[in-house]
Amino acid sequence: MTSRLGRAYVALVLILLALPILVVTGVSLNGGQALRFPPQDPSFRWYGELFRAADWLGPLKNSLVIAAVASLISVAVALPLALHAWGRGGWLSRVLYTLGVAPFMLPPVITALGFLVFWVALGMYGQMAATILSHGIFLVTLPLVTISLGLRAIDPALLEAARTMGATRGQVLRTVVLPLVLPYVVSGYAFAFVLSLNEYIIAYMVAGFTVETLPIKIFNSLRYGYTPIMGVVSVLFVLLAVLVYGTIGVFGNLPRLMGADRVEDR
Amino acid sequence: MKGREATTPGWLGILPGTALVVLFLIPFGIMLAVSVAQRETGGFYQWGFDLSGYQRFLSAFFGGVLLTSVGIAAGTAAIAVALALPFTVILAGLSRRTQTAILVVLLSVLSLSEVIVGFSVSTLLSQTAGVGNILAWLGLTAEARAYTPSLFALMTGLTYLSFPYAVLVLYPPVARLDPELAQAARTMGASPLRTFFSVTMPLLRAPLLGALILVFVFALGSYLLPQVLGRPEHWTLSVHITDQAIYQSNLPFAAAMAAFLLLVALAMVGVALLLAREKGDRA
Amino acid sequence: MNDLSLRGVTKRFGATAAVDDVTLDIPGGKFICLLGPSGCGKTTLLRLLAGLEEPTSGQILVGGRDQTHVPTHRRDFGMVFQSLALFPHLSVGENVAYPLAIRGTPRAQRRARAEELLSLVQLSGMADRRIHQLSGGQRQRVAIARGLAIDPKLFLLDEPLSALDANLREHMQIELRQIQTRLGVTTLVVTHDQKEALTMADIVIVMDRGRVQQMGAPMEVYRDPANAFVAGFIGTSNLLPCRLLDPATLEVSGQRLPLAGQDRVKAAPGPAILSVRPEDVRLGPEGLPARVTFIRDLGESVQLVLDHAGQEVTALFSPRERPEVGIGETVALTFAPGGRVVLAP
Repeated sequence: MTSRLGRAYVALVLILLALPILVVTGVSLNGGQALRFPPQDPSFRWYGELFRAADWLGPLKNSLVIAAVASLISVAVALPLALHAWGRGGWLSRVLYTLGVAPFMLPPVITALGFLVFWVALGMYGQMAATILSHGIFLVTLPLVTISLGLRAIDPALLEAARTMGATRGQVLRTVVLPLVLPYVVSGYAFAFVLSLNEYIIAYMVAGFTVETLPIKIFNSLRYGYTPIMGVVSVLFVLLAVLVYGTIGVFGNLPRLMGADRVEDR
Repeated sequence: MKGREATTPGWLGILPGTALVVLFLIPFGIMLAVSVAQRETGGFYQWGFDLSGYQRFLSAFFGGVLLTSVGIAAGTAAIAVALALPFTVILAGLSRRTQTAILVVLLSVLSLSEVIVGFSVSTLLSQTAGVGNILAWLGLTAEARAYTPSLFALMTGLTYLSFPYAVLVLYPPVARLDPELAQAARTMGASPLRTFFSVTMPLLRAPLLGALILVFVFALGSYLLPQVLGRPEHWTLSVHITDQAIYQSNLPFAAAMAAFLLLVALAMVGVALLLAREKGDRA
Repeated sequence: MNDLSLRGVTKRFGATAAVDDVTLDIPGGKFICLLGPSGCGKTTLLRLLAGLEEPTSGQILVGGRDQTHVPTHRRDFGMVFQSLALFPHLSVGENVAYPLAIRGTPRAQRRARAEELLSLVQLSGMADRRIHQLSGGQRQRVAIARGLAIDPKLFLLDEPLSALDANLREHMQIELRQIQTRLGVTTLVVTHDQKEALTMADIVIVMDRGRVQQMGAPMEVYRDPANAFVAGFIGTSNLLPCRLLDPATLEVSGQRLPLAGQDRVKAAPGPAILSVRPEDVRLGPEGLPARVTFIRDLGESVQLVLDHAGQEVTALFSPRERPEVGIGETVALTFAPGGRVVLAP
């Protein structure tokens, strides 16, 4: 059905999207300090350097810890919220759901500034816990959306069937709803994890000078001295994103997760 | 029809409700309070009711900033959605496997930090690596030159950032379109291009408008690309908020600007959600 | 036994009554089919029995105990849903044993019972399969086994066979009936397929617009419909406007027809409707004039479509008795004595 012209267009756009990443990959392979493309004396030297250089290792650890814990918080907030909205409806559910989606819909600077003044007021400005909690709330939207999709995909007859077979409300949730929605919980966690790793402005405003994350480190390097390690981090982030989304794509139905109803299983 | 008991217990709402109120609504409240606080040189601020932040915002300089922000965001939204619409329509017609692969690419690009996008595009447009180099090597230009910082570089970066977002916003309504509508037009003799403009586009009017607004808000939020890829005159409101908050230590002024940006964004998102609901009702 | 009683059960959704003042008494151990067109309230009635809906008014009793306000999960019924509602995250065996797991039955016992039930529905050794590996008919059997797992007081099935193709459906009808006979469980099946109802049921309940139109044994309902709706819905009936002159004489299109003793009269003298099954229509030397408009050779039978004074009349013959007529010819219609039912208009 799709015309050749259409396919060519899609291919062209994909190439354009890949171009900057290609150049950065090349840059990351430079043997020397300079960022050149095509790379000069190609080597993987800077890939090892990321895990050796103390000034990059710290941000790497920070980023991983923040992403891992913050995504957990996101899921912990999103799961009961999604269940509440799905199972009950009503104005309270709608208000809570809107609150859960809002942080992600607004320009991040606003949310970041809100967190900044909040942590200053609490005296937690500059602490890693502040970054983690901020990310946790900021990223609630992602698991909230994926889990809600998963819940809506459950055939209501399954719940009624469980009730007729003697299950209490709690047992229905435990034995039917949670197992069915688990893949969506995992996807939501993965989405939040990847985005937390990449998030800059909130981490920067909340604790940018004390808790350096990888994006902050890259930005600082943009100002105070380029190094191919920046390319290395970029490449690793791209690879991680492809790995995470690719895994979801292989084991789940990514088109459906993105909102397509009628994608046939082929 | 609902049974006699809701599927989930009401207390489930307590934890997320508390978390969102304490960690999201209260910070916003504090921010609004700070926006009218008195600035204290050297420290942060002192509580009070001082509208100087808002007054300052009404100056010609920040009027210009606002205009720049809106112009850049609107331009980005227009370009990104124009590129994304045909892309999404074609994407939705591909096999599931191909769709999945392309979605993986789009999501990966979308998750990339603005820092990394800025760095990548600036590298691509720099003198020593990328386009400049290649053009010189091909003999098209006398010598390698940098294309950044410039408005062109900034728009390239913003479009790069917004394109996947635009596709993903358009994807659900496009994927839900009945493919037989377009096929019917084809059997009646319409060319693919004609079908696109006479059937597909009109069906997508509401989602298109919604997507334009959402991408506009998304681009409005960009705070890093203008610094990395643009010149100071291209700095947007987001950049100035960051600048005032962090480097000028003028939190009340930053908060006042953020409050304003919040209003603009909320109004925009509200309109977009209304459009989406209208479409849902008709379906 | 688990007798089932409904006392004035009504369920309203807004202004419309999906189930309207239904009173029924059904002896335990029977196979009952709830039959009616879509939207007649049969599924709502089933859901009321299951406790998935609460009646607006009325009472539901099972085995003499009031169940009206007992929550679904404490009724100890079995139910098969139209979509089957098999749990995709559980294996076949785990699905069948789910009601037992909920009741805290030990694992080994559960496993044994699941195997027993699976062999009852001829799925021995399939306990470890995943649901998506099964065919439509096999899923059907799993759903039935699961519904029977706890020896339910009442076994409810909502259009259970509607997703199967015609051959398999007929096979499953017989099998379902055999299982019910073996276990003796009071069973209620909702269906819109009258053939299915006639095949399986001890008792047929015909519903329309929220009300019970007739309840009785299948052949009784077929032979002796209570009203024009039942006559038209169960099997095919020719419904002709007529006039009842006196309890033994009918006037159709100006011709007088004396009624026989076996004919059933359920109308007062005056305007009425004559209901005749196609197999009770005969062609005679004299009778009501009709024109042949179509002839369908169905192999096992021959169907004649006739036009009598603008009314369509269908007649059914065995191939051996095929009348020697062609399309367009005029014939005379008579009705077999005992095959005539006179209904109120």
